[in-house]
Amino acid sequence: MRYVDEYRSGKIALDLSQRIESVLEPGRKYKLMEVCGGHTHTIYKHGIENLLPPAVDLIHGPGCPVCVIPMGRIDDAIAIAERPNVIFTTFGDMMRVPGGNGSLLEAKARGADVRMVYSPLDALRIARENPERETVFFAIGFETTTPSTALTLLRARSEGIRNFFVFANHVTIIPAIRAILGSPDLRLDGFIGPGHVSTVIGTVPYRFIAESYGKPLVVAGFEPLDVLQAAYMVLLQLAEGRCEVENQYTRVVREAGNPRALEAIAETMELRTTFEWRGLGFISQSALALRVEFADWDAERRYDVPGVRVADPKACQCGEVLKGVIKPWECKVFGTACTPERPIGTCMVSSEGACAAYYNYGRFTRRLETVAT
Amino acid sequence: MTGREQEVLEAIERRRRRRPRLKDEVVTLAHGAGGKATRTLIEALFLEEFGNPRLAPLADAALFDVAGARFAFTTDSYVVKPLFFPGGDIGELAVNGTVNDLAVAGARPLFLTAGFIVEEGFPTADLRRVAASVGRAARAAGVEVVAGDTKVVERGKGDGVYINTSGIGVLEHEHDLSPASVRPGDKVLVSGTLGDHGIAVMVARGSLELEVDLDSDTAPLTELVHGLLSATPGVRCLRDLTRGGLATALNEIADAANVSIVIDEAALPIRPEVNGACEILGIDPLYVANEGKLVAIVAPEALAAAYSALGSSPLGIDTEIVGEVRADAEGMVFLDTAFGGRRVVDVLVGDPLPRIC
Repeated sequence: MRYVDEYRSGKIALDLSQRIESVLEPGRKYKLMEVCGGHTHTIYKHGIENLLPPAVDLIHGPGCPVCVIPMGRIDDAIAIAERPNVIFTTFGDMMRVPGGNGSLLEAKARGADVRMVYSPLDALRIARENPERETVFFAIGFETTTPSTALTLLRARSEGIRNFFVFANHVTIIPAIRAILGSPDLRLDGFIGPGHVSTVIGTVPYRFIAESYGKPLVVAGFEPLDVLQAAYMVLLQLAEGRCEVENQYTRVVREAGNPRALEAIAETMELRTTFEWRGLGFISQSALALRVEFADWDAERRYDVPGVRVADPKACQCGEVLKGVIKPWECKVFGTACTPERPIGTCMVSSEGACAAYYNYGRFTRRLETVAT
Repeated sequence: MTGREQEVLEAIERRRRRRPRLKDEVVTLAHGAGGKATRTLIEALFLEEFGNPRLAPLADAALFDVAGARFAFTTDSYVVKPLFFPGGDIGELAVNGTVNDLAVAGARPLFLTAGFIVEEGFPTADLRRVAASVGRAARAAGVEVVAGDTKVVERGKGDGVYINTSGIGVLEHEHDLSPASVRPGDKVLVSGTLGDHGIAVMVARGSLELEVDLDSDTAPLTELVHGLLSATPGVRCLRDLTRGGLATALNEIADAANVSIVIDEAALPIRPEVNGACEILGIDPLYVANEGKLVAIVAPEALAAAYSALGSSPLGIDTEIVGEVRADAEGMVFLDTAFGGRRVVDVLVGDPLPRIC
């Protein structure tokens, strides 16, 4: 693939992993968090973890939009989807996430008209093609996917489409990082910053991480060499005693982000006072709702959304796993009540969650380590 | 490793070995996707209710003896959407799919049955087109359709047409092709490019607005298998790469044979169009279906003969040696990435649903 293969060179990877080794302080352990689920995916897909020295631990952060949706919101989504005249549209991987009352896939099996789409514009097209029915788009994701929802709303308004509704669940990354940084038991040394989010918000919003919390952050792209190079850049900062926000993904990310995307978001959405995150609990000003000017397209205003609150089970310790405080196997329900087939908590839901990965691959990883030592 | 961690890992391992229990209240699409959910449905429901020693291995076809001759018998249903796609249609698929299940069991397919479930309102011109395709594919595969059935269901109760085919074939070779014969040191070959059928069909659905010039690879594998089995006695196991793709086939073999399998990403034959579409869709080509490719596990001493036998057939010109069977980490499949890392290639829990980011 043109423009892609050059970011997947095994030879350069080997060179980078040797350079990483050379900047480590002997005997010190390093914990780096990749905030974004897309990075976690790259790390697994290309086997990056075993290209890193054993002293470097990668902690999978809260940036998987599927993982952070609380169970109650899934139940709300199902309640909307099960209304008789509704076509409920959603991204594919949301269909399997369990709420307190099963998943959208199960709702579909019970008869709800749930359809997978690749973009909110597909949902708008479905609305256009089915004027006698109401099409709802389950809008989720960080700043990466928010602009496309915003632009779709603007188009719905300009085309006068009145049978299209957005169930807004967009979340913002900065409050989530702040919540993690504010934890008294934080064990992280630095961050690999989310590349796609940063194309929208730029790099400036991360400065407080370096300035107030003394942790370096490097914004990274999604090819395996991007992630490996970003890890090197964070570790180099630590070795040189620097603490800055750096941009590895300069081919895409600008310091000021994408003003047009930010404008579209600001025109259509506003911050909610508070929003619940799976595993992290309620975080103030961490999610977006439609502005009152878009009330006619707002699923929450249109339907009587139950607003179910389903607390994560008390024994579930996703929050601590996300912060790197405990290992997945130290969680009380890990592997017993909580498994990939029947997940309870955030980290077991997505196949890239820390717990699911450890559940599936743990025995293999541990065996490798035992052989190596 | 601490005692507690060891305990947790052992508990998980015991759970994995246990026979699955079906906890779902309703059947979902995941139960038909070929991953863990499908396996659970089959083992905890169907095997439970009508299991017997011939069915128990859950192989591509059941093997049995009648009057001194050895036969293979199988069935499959075809529900593909759209019915017509680049490189084939549901009729051709319904013949080749069942023919291939018999072929990889080491049998020469002889006779098929064809059951049609047609939706009220379906154009007869399209039905004729499908039927002609069944006839043409059967002649090409050297089989005869000797019995059939037709049912019509009310409008809205089907997707145009569904086809079920059953097939019977005769075993002409002495090879034991069950996964139990796989040994550490054996080599893994695939007979051509991966994922062509799955991506061609996904693109043909039209909702993706992708323009990819790609045909389904649907084809009968009988001659390819016959050539391979005649060339060397060292063929241990064959699977056709249908639902679930190479990843699922290798996981089933590794699990049944209590071995691990390591494949090399750089050696995998994948068309750039398939790779590109998978990148865009967020799907792993290792899990995407083919309808005219197989994976062969062969003894190391049989490698050269097997490679040349597969490569000399028109259906195997892109044959590659992609991996090796190992003794450690029983039941696991690993991928050595082109990037220099290694990862686990697991069984899917449900459908390979596209990721949003």
